[in-house]
Order: sequence, then C-alpha cells, then structure tokens
Amino acid sequence: MNNPLLEVRDLKVAYGGIHAIKGIDLHVAPGELVALIGSNGAGKTTTLKTLAGLLHPAGGQIKYDGNSLHDVAAHQRAAMGIALVPEGRGVFARMTVAENLLMGAYSRGDKKEIAADVAHMYELFPRLAERKDQLAGTLSGGEQQMVAMARALMSRPRLLMLDEPSMGLAPLMVKKIFETIREISALGMSILLVEQNARLALQVAQRGYVMESGAITLSGAASELLGSDAVQRAYLGA
Amino acid sequence: MEIFLQQIVNGLVQGSVYALVALGYTMVYGILGLINFAHGEVVMIGAMLALSSLTAMLGWGVPPLLAVLLSMVLAMLGCMVLGYSIERIAYRPLRHAPRLAPLITAIGVSIVLQNLAMMIWGREYHSFPQLIANNTHTVGGAIINDIQIIIFILALAIMAGLMVVVHRTRLGRAMRAVAEDQHAAQLMGVDINRVISITFMLGSAMAAIAGVMVSANYGLAHYYMGFLLGLKAFTAAVLGGIGNLRGAMLGGLLLGLIESLGAGYIGDITGGFLGSNYQDVFAFFVLITVLVFRPSGLLGERIAERA
Ligand SMILES: Nc1ncnc2c1ncn2[C@@H]1O[C@H](COP(=O)(O)OP(=O)(O)OP(=O)(O)O)[C@@H](O)[C@H]1O
Ligand SMILES: [Mg+2]
Repeated sequence: MNNPLLEVRDLKVAYGGIHAIKGIDLHVAPGELVALIGSNGAGKTTTLKTLAGLLHPAGGQIKYDGNSLHDVAAHQRAAMGIALVPEGRGVFARMTVAENLLMGAYSRGDKKEIAADVAHMYELFPRLAERKDQLAGTLSGGEQQMVAMARALMSRPRLLMLDEPSMGLAPLMVKKIFETIREISALGMSILLVEQNARLALQVAQRGYVMESGAITLSGAASELLGSDAVQRAYLGA
Repeated sequence: MEIFLQQIVNGLVQGSVYALVALGYTMVYGILGLINFAHGEVVMIGAMLALSSLTAMLGWGVPPLLAVLLSMVLAMLGCMVLGYSIERIAYRPLRHAPRLAPLITAIGVSIVLQNLAMMIWGREYHSFPQLIANNTHTVGGAIINDIQIIIFILALAIMAGLMVVVHRTRLGRAMRAVAEDQHAAQLMGVDINRVISITFMLGSAMAAIAGVMVSANYGLAHYYMGFLLGLKAFTAAVLGGIGNLRGAMLGGLLLGLIESLGAGYIGDITGGFLGSNYQDVFAFFVLITVLVFRPSGLLGERIAERA
C-alpha cells in the first residue's frame, strides 16, 4: 500500500469539557476518495475543522505527507495543500465571485497559472462565469456551493475536504455537485467527503468510515458499507 | 455668502483630517469589532514626533523642505511601530475575551499614552514651526492658504490610495476576507495576525499624517490634542457607519462641514446667545441625531446583518 497522504491516530477533540471526538483513527491514501458518514452531532465537522487547523486536538496525531501537523497553523496547512470546503460554504459574501476565486489562490505566487486556473474553474462551473462580477452573497445556495468548491480547487490542493456539499440543495444541484466531485477524483485528487446523504457519498467513494457520537464504529470498502445491514438500517432507511 | 463659502472651505479641510483618522477607527472595527479608543493618542504622538524631529533637524541645518518630509516619514514610522505594539500588547491577548475587556484596555492605553506624552513633551503648547511661506488665495470671496490646499489634496490622495489597496490588491482582499470571516480567511491561507497587524500599522500611519496636518494647520501641538480629535473622528466613523470605509470618509467630511457651518452661524441662530466656541457641541449633537434615526450610520449595514 502507498504511504497515506493523511494519517490520523487516536485523535481527540474537546469543546471545553465536552469530548466531541473520542480517539479516532483514519487515513486517506493518495488519489483516494473517502467518505465519512454519520448522523447529526456525530463529530464529522469537528473532525474536518481539526484537520484543517481551526480546532486544536486534545490528543492524538495528525500526519500529512509523513509530517506531524501538530504545530502547523491553519493558514500554513492551506499553503501545504490542505483545503476545506466548510459546512455552510463560508463564501465571502461581500466579495465578487471572481474575488472569491482569487482568495482561493491566496497562497500561490504563480500569477499566470492562477489566471489559467480561474478560466478552468469557469469551464467546470459555467454558471459561475456568468456571475463572476456578482457579489457571492447574492447567489443561490447551489451557486455558493460551486463558489466554495471552485475556491478550494484554486489552491491546487492535494487533500480536498468537503463538509456536506449537498446540504440544502435541490436534487438537480446535488447531482451536479457530485458529478464534479467524481470528475475531480478521477483526476487523482485525494478527497475526504463528509455527508449526511450516506448513499450518495458511498456511491462515489472507494472507502468509508461511519462515525457515531465521536467514535468510528465501522469502516471498510464503500460497496461493503453500502451493503451492510447496520449502515442500511441506520443511514439508508432500509 | 462669503462667510458661507469660507466655512465650506474650512469645513472641507478639517473634515478631510477627520476622515483620515476616522478610517483608522473603522478599519480596526471592521476587522476586529473593536473600538480602538487609543487611536486619537496615536494622532497626537504622530504630531509630537514630527515636531521634535523637525525641530532637531532644523537645528542641524537640514534644509526646511527636506526636514518636513523626513519628519513626516519618521512620524509615520514611529506611529506604525506604536500601532503594531498596541495591538500586540494590549489587544491580542484579549482577542477572545468578553467585549468589555478590550474596550476598557483601550481606554487604559489611551491614558498611558497621554501621560507618556506629557512626561516627554510637557504640559505646554508647542508651536509648530512655520516653514513655507503659506500664501493665501482668494476664491470667490473665501480665503484659503497653501497649507490648507496641501492638507486637502494630500488627504484625498491618501484616501484614494487606501481604496486602491483595499479593493484592488491581494493584501486588500485578505483584509476584507478577515473582516468578513476569520475562519474562512485562514482556510485560504491568510495569516490573520499578520493582516491585523498591517491594518493597525496602516491606520496608524494615516493617523500620524493627520496629526502633522492638524498641527501644521493650527500651528500648535499639545499632549492632550488627541483626545477631542479622536472623539470627533470616532463620531465621524459612526456617523458614516462604523466598519465601512466610504462611510468614514463621508462622515469625516460631513462632520467637518457641519461643525464649520455651525460655528459660522451659531451666533445668528441663537440670537447671539451661543458663540462659535460652542462648535464642538455640534459634532455630538449630530451624532446623537443620526443615531436616533439611523442607528447603523449613513452607509452602514444594520448591525443585525453583520452578526
Ligand atoms: N462550538 C461548539 N461548542 C460546543 N460543542 C460543540 C461545538 N460545536 C459542536 N459541538 C458539539 O460537538 C458534537 C459534534 O458536532 P459536529 O458539528 O462535529 O457534528 P456533525 O457530525 O458535523 O453534525 P452535523 O451532521 O449536524 O453537521 C455535537 O455534540 C455538538 O453539539
Ligand atoms: Mg457537521
């Protein structure tokens, strides 16, 4: 097996005295698409925020590309190629779509290639090209999700983490977003996908983890998880 | 009519100085949600630093024009260091404290700086050396002098420059990103502490220039000059909508005009009961009136939309 790009061991995270993550292990291999599913309040968002450096772990290890991220600040992790599309999108509402994309390329110095990547994003999301000078706050939820994804891709990440990209979107938009995730994955990017929509997530992913109240209770190949009774009952409404 | 025009001229000049200082309040508020009450003292320190270095350089025989420029640069650099230190020492440790804590600290910093200035420069008024001929010109009956013209043009140029930085550069985008969502900004790779420091330094550099402008215009500098000036500039920022850059500029100019026109006509309005020495009251009267009708200021968003 390849050395994993991301390797998490015994990770613990607490909010004050509340233990939200109680010692989890997970990894993402280069080029892999991994789903992290679980019900409300399981700790999925907390996990991603900790990996991005927005929260500090109470214990455990996070290794990225073989190096510990312990003393690496969030903005430095972004520069190292870790991108998070946060829950609720977090677009800069008072900036234009084009400015949001440039923010995504903030850590990059290669001006020419940035321009080329912007053009590429407009090909990937033609809707954004039409709206490029509009303030991001005036876009629909689905369009904002596109901005958030395009913005994350602008950093040319090696590890892309997505927190519930389908949340609050119409079925057609969900389809479009997941098609894009599939395309990006096919290009070889490593992706950690958090979703409440377990079926969709496990259909695009190669492997999956199931999280319940701060612990990982099941893991394995996505197809196996899709077929397993426990997952069927708890998350797929079967 | 001549009085009217004259007061407009005076008001615009004074207002452009308020605007420069108001920008410092509003930039910090926009990024940290903090009212940096020590900002007025930075203006005063800027004036004092410029005064001292100017006097020293003239003593060493540095040509006057060069001495003016150098002392202004020195004042700016000194205030940038001061602004950086204020944030680093007084505000950063309280970043996650309840809002009242940094506010009280700000007032404390302000008192410390005032006392420090009093110890260094004394309680007396210092006269600011008059170095250029300062010719006066008559425009349609109103009198304007060279210093006023320089103040106004320089202030407008600095404001235009700031707008370019904020709206057209990578640094400006980072500043707006931090102002809007610190977490998202970090996810983009923005070092928010660095951006916050730069914001304090930019505001302080503008404060230094404003301090030099005021002293040059009135020919005086004093350890207490930052207090009222800071309060009025803060008023201007709130008037325009605190957190909004255009609002600070508009608020500054408007406040200057209102004050100046008020001072020119207050005697007529009150039948001679109040004289022009009551002009300071206008600023606060206007502030209260605007806040009653538009709590978020002229160009500000509703506070609820920000939160
Ligand atoms: N800022 C916070 N302070 C205190 N507790 C928090 C905070 N954020 C989350 N929690 C708690 O931590 C636990 C995990 O929350 P988290 O947001 O990570 O769950 P999630 O799996 O992302 O849920 P959802 O599917 O609803 O987004 C929950 O019990 C939640 O109440
Ligand atoms: Mg969540």
